[in-house]
Amino acid sequence: MKIAVDIASVSKSYGAVQAVRDVSFTLRSGVVALVGHNGAGKTTLMKLMLGLIRPTAGEVRVLGENPAAGQFLARRRLGYLPENVAFNAALTGKETLAFYARLKREPVDKALTLLERVGLGSAGTRRVGTYSKGMRQRLGLAQALLGEPEVLLLDEPTTGLDPALRVQFYDIIQDLAATGATVLMSSHALSELEERTERVIIMDGGRVVVDGAIDELREIARLPVRFRVRPGPASLSLPVEFRPRAETKLDTVEFDVPALRKMEVLQSLICRDRPPTDVEVIPPSLDALYAHFLNDRGHAS
Amino acid sequence: MSTVAVIAMKEVQEALRNRWVLAATLLMAGLALALTFLGSAPTGTVGVRALDVVVVSLSSLTIFLVPLIALLISHDAIVGEMERGTMLLLLSYPVARWQVVLGKFTGHLAVLAFATLLGYGAAAFALLATGARIEAASWTAFAAMVGSSVALGAVFIALGYLVSATSGSRGAAAGVCIGIWLGMVLVYDMALLGILVVDQGRTITSASLDVLLLLNPTDVYRLVNLSGFANVSAFSGMSGLAGSTRLGAPVLVAALVAWTVLPLSLAALSFGRREL
Repeated sequence: MKIAVDIASVSKSYGAVQAVRDVSFTLRSGVVALVGHNGAGKTTLMKLMLGLIRPTAGEVRVLGENPAAGQFLARRRLGYLPENVAFNAALTGKETLAFYARLKREPVDKALTLLERVGLGSAGTRRVGTYSKGMRQRLGLAQALLGEPEVLLLDEPTTGLDPALRVQFYDIIQDLAATGATVLMSSHALSELEERTERVIIMDGGRVVVDGAIDELREIARLPVRFRVRPGPASLSLPVEFRPRAETKLDTVEFDVPALRKMEVLQSLICRDRPPTDVEVIPPSLDALYAHFLNDRGHAS
Repeated sequence: MSTVAVIAMKEVQEALRNRWVLAATLLMAGLALALTFLGSAPTGTVGVRALDVVVVSLSSLTIFLVPLIALLISHDAIVGEMERGTMLLLLSYPVARWQVVLGKFTGHLAVLAFATLLGYGAAAFALLATGARIEAASWTAFAAMVGSSVALGAVFIALGYLVSATSGSRGAAAGVCIGIWLGMVLVYDMALLGILVVDQGRTITSASLDVLLLLNPTDVYRLVNLSGFANVSAFSGMSGLAGSTRLGAPVLVAALVAWTVLPLSLAALSFGRREL
């Protein structure tokens, strides 16, 4: 598979502040989540990929080009949605999108159908200055999707979107990824990303803390899985080492089990004379993984 | 359409929408009409050189007004878009930074040229409507005045971009631009005049005066209009200076072009190196 983005031991410092420290990774097709606190270096990394800033050390290649060296033809196959996207308030939504389409040498008629796709069809003739935050975000999404990009960089894309549009948004992203596009998405909404990304890169203090598929991360973290059991008429006797959690609801019992013993416990629950009426096994969430890896670093340093 | 043209078109579209075009045109037309009719009072309306008087008064107006309008629209062009966050998105497109600068320049110059042509044209038409007889030579002088006014606008748009590309904030850019306007339009000539009076021709020769005049684009403009045409220079009181200078029209035009190209290239260069 072709490498779309190649980041090789890249560092970027602003004076004394080191925004990115020795980061290396490559991106191929698929959806990748870039996760980290504010100031972890996510936006700086995206700006490096766009060539808006030059790396202090290391090399960035996007679609085979060095974006900071004045080569910009690859940008025609690249879409970007900045955090807090801004447009000129005087122009209408249609005019704005037509302008960006012309810059990308895309047919304007085809570009305007994107307005419908992000739910701005009726607001296209209104000035962008009258738009709400959510509408500006939709327009930002529409311009990022111009020309079916091969690389899509989305900085906090779902902030300001209502739940219905979020679902629509992820559908659009998944469609693009299915055609072989590379989508890099930074976000705080971890629970949302969970089912939608194949790979997670967690950053902290300008460094990559961990990088891999969510299942791999779970394996590395060895966080316990949670069992939520509804015992039914029979009372549930737990193996001694598992204590029910305090916040358990009235008719259910929750307890944590080490990942390695998951099947064993499950078997012992089901192969009883009177098995419980319901058993849920909840793997550690992305939130929990994120907290785990960041805490880990805190202890290490 | 080329990338530069796309960006230029958008600038024009925005200027139309923001009523910049309307405001600039009305301002120039209003002042030009007022000067045309009030300015002809001392010479009377029977004079055959009515348009020459208009050229003199309008070029004096241009020296104050055109640089001001040009700096007003240009000082914000780069640093303003960076502050509002729109530059970030624009530069993620397949656009070179010099194309952004050149496209904006073309658009802003088109707006200024439109306002000048329409505003000053209104004055000429008003004069025609009153039944004044106008010689061909006067039309040439008038056309040269309009053309050089646009060229002067181009100089100050380019200077505004240079300031905008190098400033850290819009406020700083505005401050520097006010300084440039004051310095070039008001202070420079006063200082030059003062030095000439004190010097009494001992060290400043006519050749070094020429150089000093070329160092300020508003003086170049003044020389083009107030001394370039015999009839006009008689009215403007510049015939003395016109007689002593050896700067011909080609040199003056070249100076205006250089005053545009140099700041514009520097603006593109400095913007190209800037990180955002």
